Amino acid sequence: MTAATRVGVDDVAWTADEMMTVAAARALRDGQACFVGIGIPSTAANLARRTHAPRLVLVYESGTLGAKPRTLPLSIGDGVLAETADAVVSVPEVFNYWLQPGRVDVGFLGAAQIDRYANINTTLIGDDYRHPKVRLPGAGGAPEIAASCPEVIVVVRQSTRTFVERVDFITSVGHGSGPGDRARMGLRGAGPSMVITDLGILKPDPQTCVLTLSHVHPGVNVDKVRAATGWDLAVAADLAVTTPPTDTELAVLRELEATKGRTP
Amino acid sequence: MATIVTLADGVAELVRDGDAVAMEGFTHLIPFAAGHEVIRQRRRDLTLVRMTPDVIYDQLIGAGCARKLVFSWGGNPGVGSLHRFRDAVSEGWPVPLEIEEHSHAGMANRYVAGASGLPFAVLRGYVGTDLVKATSNIRPITCPFTGEVLTAVPALRPDVAIIHAQRADRDGNVQMWGIVGVQKEAVLASTRSLVTVEEIVDELPPQPGAVVLPTWAVTRVALAPGGSHPSYSHGFSIRDNDYYVSWDAISRDRETFTRWLDTEVFRRAAVAGGAESADRAAATGHEATA
Repeated sequence: MTAATRVGVDDVAWTADEMMTVAAARALRDGQACFVGIGIPSTAANLARRTHAPRLVLVYESGTLGAKPRTLPLSIGDGVLAETADAVVSVPEVFNYWLQPGRVDVGFLGAAQIDRYANINTTLIGDDYRHPKVRLPGAGGAPEIAASCPEVIVVVRQSTRTFVERVDFITSVGHGSGPGDRARMGLRGAGPSMVITDLGILKPDPQTCVLTLSHVHPGVNVDKVRAATGWDLAVAADLAVTTPPTDTELAVLRELEATKGRTP
Repeated sequence: MATIVTLADGVAELVRDGDAVAMEGFTHLIPFAAGHEVIRQRRRDLTLVRMTPDVIYDQLIGAGCARKLVFSWGGNPGVGSLHRFRDAVSEGWPVPLEIEEHSHAGMANRYVAGASGLPFAVLRGYVGTDLVKATSNIRPITCPFTGEVLTAVPALRPDVAIIHAQRADRDGNVQMWGIVGVQKEAVLASTRSLVTVEEIVDELPPQPGAVVLPTWAVTRVALAPGGSHPSYSHGFSIRDNDYYVSWDAISRDRETFTRWLDTEVFRRAAVAGGAESADRAAATGHEATA
């Protein structure tokens, strides 16, 4: 499902996926520790480390703390992660000592479905758990990343299949059913602070926790985002256009993508 | 004391129909050769336990070895879905598969509890998720000191754990390094254990960051060079990412998968896990076990 449509602004061209990945990379700050899942989160975190955030600490659930991969890993346990890590710890340790107490600043998650409160489903499509329409991989590390990281960023392509009124299964809690819900459940992290898509950026409204469109990517208008959202999308009064990818960001991203799954 | 046996003998002795079997290895050191031997020996009704039932359990499930799967993430890492797993869950092919689903943190803690001789583990997890409704053994527990409500999950106590490690010495002491996952916990949580290794040496050389399982904590050790392929053994091999990508097409279709099973598992010898194992076996005069 690679978004192949190229968007041209002043003779610069990039794909919607590239814009999404660049926007996700920019959301990471230098010096933070980031719990990284495979796919676009991993690409974005590695892009950030090669551009504006050289001291970004990449934590993979395989137990590699501070991995500095020379090539983009295909799995969360490629050898290049262990070889370049500050420390390699066991899987119980990475979850119990590092994730659970909130030591990892940012959790980076994907989603198969997401609702207006940024609750995430990666388990199944359908309304019968025992007989799903589509069985998905499941939870992995996501429920506890969503619960325990001080901040969570979701990266997902936007469509009405993905952005749904109600998720079929809550695999990872976003803002539950609204304001105060996370605190009532005893979830210590602040929950999703932004959802970055191939069309724009959504942030939870500070009062209602409802995802609200804060940015559209260059070349995308609000109607297009609305049409790709399965609920009546709220739009911020100060809606902005995302800064286009710079030449450097694109060059580094493409160089990275070319190394995916390769032997260093 | 762990005695050194052949892989075929180790599986025959330790893995029985109906057992709960944990094959662990988190992306790294996945015991594929042992998994294939379990398929070749046509074990049935297994409860397969594994955090990430990726390609190895897709193969076992497709071969009809499993009755139940206990897991936390069932995908082909970096590639997509597990088609044999999906087919078993949705269509009951080749046999129906019951699932017991957790999160990684939950599974890791369940192994820790098993290894620690405790009945359950406590964690901050699962709260607010539908996993609590889907899986009956995720329960709330109140801290007796603070009154805080946390989550309890029961210990995992598999009948047998199977792992792959870099090496063992002749006394059966096992050494592994790189990403060590949850293998130590899986072995210590299980009643019996089988460790396949890349090499057997006179003496284990010191290795930074290594986990050592002493011989008296392991049941059997078997030599299986290349036995983690297409996963990898840090210092011996690299992950065969192309294999994981190609598995998508092989596993998508029942007939293609069945052909794969026949040529790549049943017609191959148990000696090693690599693509040349049958050739190697032929060259050294060993007979294939199937």
